[in-house]
Amino acid sequence: MTSATAFKRWRVKEPSIIPGFGLTLGFSLAYLSLIILIPLAGLVWRASSLSGAELLAILTDARTLAALKVSFGTALIAAAVNAVFGVLICWVLVRYDFPGRRLIDAMVDLPFALPTAVAGISLSALYAPQGWIGAWFAPFGIRIAYTPIGITIALIFIGLPFVVRTVQPVMEEIDRDVEEAAATLGANRFQTVFKVLLPGLAPAILTGFALAFARGVGEYGSVVFIAGNIPYVSEIAPLLIVIRLEEFNYAGATAIATIMLAISFAMLLVINLIQAWSRARYGHD
Amino acid sequence: MTDRMLRKPHLRSPTDETLLTKLVLIGIGGSFLAFFLFLPLIVVFVEAFRNGIGRYWDALVEPDAAAAIRLTLTVAAIAVPLNLVFGVAAAWAIAKFEFRGKAFLITLIDLPFSISPVISGLVYVLLFGSQSLLGPILKRYGIEILFAVPGIVLATVFVTFPFVARELIPLMQDQGTGDEEAALSLGASGWQTFRFVTLPNIKWGLLYGVLLCNARAMGEFGAVSVVSGHIRGLTNTMPLHVEILYNEYNMAAAFAVASLLAALALVTLALKTLLEIRFDAGNAGGRRH
Repeated sequence: MTSATAFKRWRVKEPSIIPGFGLTLGFSLAYLSLIILIPLAGLVWRASSLSGAELLAILTDARTLAALKVSFGTALIAAAVNAVFGVLICWVLVRYDFPGRRLIDAMVDLPFALPTAVAGISLSALYAPQGWIGAWFAPFGIRIAYTPIGITIALIFIGLPFVVRTVQPVMEEIDRDVEEAAATLGANRFQTVFKVLLPGLAPAILTGFALAFARGVGEYGSVVFIAGNIPYVSEIAPLLIVIRLEEFNYAGATAIATIMLAISFAMLLVINLIQAWSRARYGHD
Repeated sequence: MTDRMLRKPHLRSPTDETLLTKLVLIGIGGSFLAFFLFLPLIVVFVEAFRNGIGRYWDALVEPDAAAAIRLTLTVAAIAVPLNLVFGVAAAWAIAKFEFRGKAFLITLIDLPFSISPVISGLVYVLLFGSQSLLGPILKRYGIEILFAVPGIVLATVFVTFPFVARELIPLMQDQGTGDEEAALSLGASGWQTFRFVTLPNIKWGLLYGVLLCNARAMGEFGAVSVVSGHIRGLTNTMPLHVEILYNEYNMAAAFAVASLLAALALVTLALKTLLEIRFDAGNAGGRRH
């Protein structure tokens, strides 16, 4: 192939004897367009029909700003908590052998499998002032449910597997030689872990963090029950979209959705950049 | 504790931690998971059976709940096969051929994962709602999409769109095109090649993708909530029914229906783990979701 590169014609598809390219790609593109691209284009078209002044008025509305702040703030804290505990859980799962390890490993995926509404009512039952955990804190005047703390807890639940499942395969690949070399050179265990191992894991941790953060910003089902949904305090941006829709304020819903979409695309770009950087530097995602 | 951990070597390996450190780390990780994962799961079942098994059963066979269960099964029965066919077709095109724009296509397929479920529902409201271009036309011909079953199916298809495809693409890319080329050179038709060569190679990965797709299809809340209109007995799926019961302070019934969904999640996890252990499915994609 390489010797022929100089003479290679520009073509859309490399020749192959395998049939079905036109059929499968054609069907995939048609289905992708119908289900995803055309509806999304509709949203963008709708947003572009708003005038700049209208858009600005919606986005600088105090309630919108407060909702965006709650969504991004809680998602950021939850993703940070997950980055720390997710890596710790990865370490325990990858390095140690203990009874129940297999079970715990399987259960880490629970937030992917458990419907968000179920997680939502269950977490609010736990953390409500009369709930199993909420009741311990209530006497000290600490409220968890119906405050941003409750939202953060729901987002920790939702985001954990993103960090664990992103970091775990990379951690499994770590070459023990590196640790032995560090130990030979006089590093203690703490130094080996924090100065040798963690920097190599940084891209995976960052990717997991970004995935958990992106998911947290858009999360709805698990949050609405525990959030209390008090405007300006514990109202998340996706809920505000729902409220605007119920008021038939389509322009308002569209504007908030567009800004959230723009931010999630930026996040997607950041994740891809981290992975490209990681591939170039460490040879893995 | 296993022997490996308790055996006290004379000199600890320099690439190992002390037993105490290990126990502390396992303890921290375990407590974190207990609080954030296990406890919420246990609460669902405890609350569901709080008033006894008779009341539990009543909550499930009550007509609105039964209608919600039926609707959830119907929606999954339509959405999962659609995304299954798409997943296989997209993976075939992407894994077996080299063409321009492939990376971009993969990004587009992953798109629904990075979009808030509420926005996934909103796009259909904007497309088919009364204020949209299509809305008046649909109304004239009496076609109901929004606040009806077709809208719920569409929103579910949207959010579960990537599951099968993203499981199959890395798997089929790893497997390459050698087997198919051999089959074709021996005179098999394209369809025979797929049916007798490719399909057996990908069946466990396919099952894995379908499993995850189904769990999400049955459990989706945000997107479906936006397009459903919440009409009891008609457009209420199980997760929406849970919400209605919960907001009516009918906790026992809400948790009874929720416990069915939680059981579904547990079965999904069990089958998923079994597939991972037995057939190494799901590992080709780096176990990412």
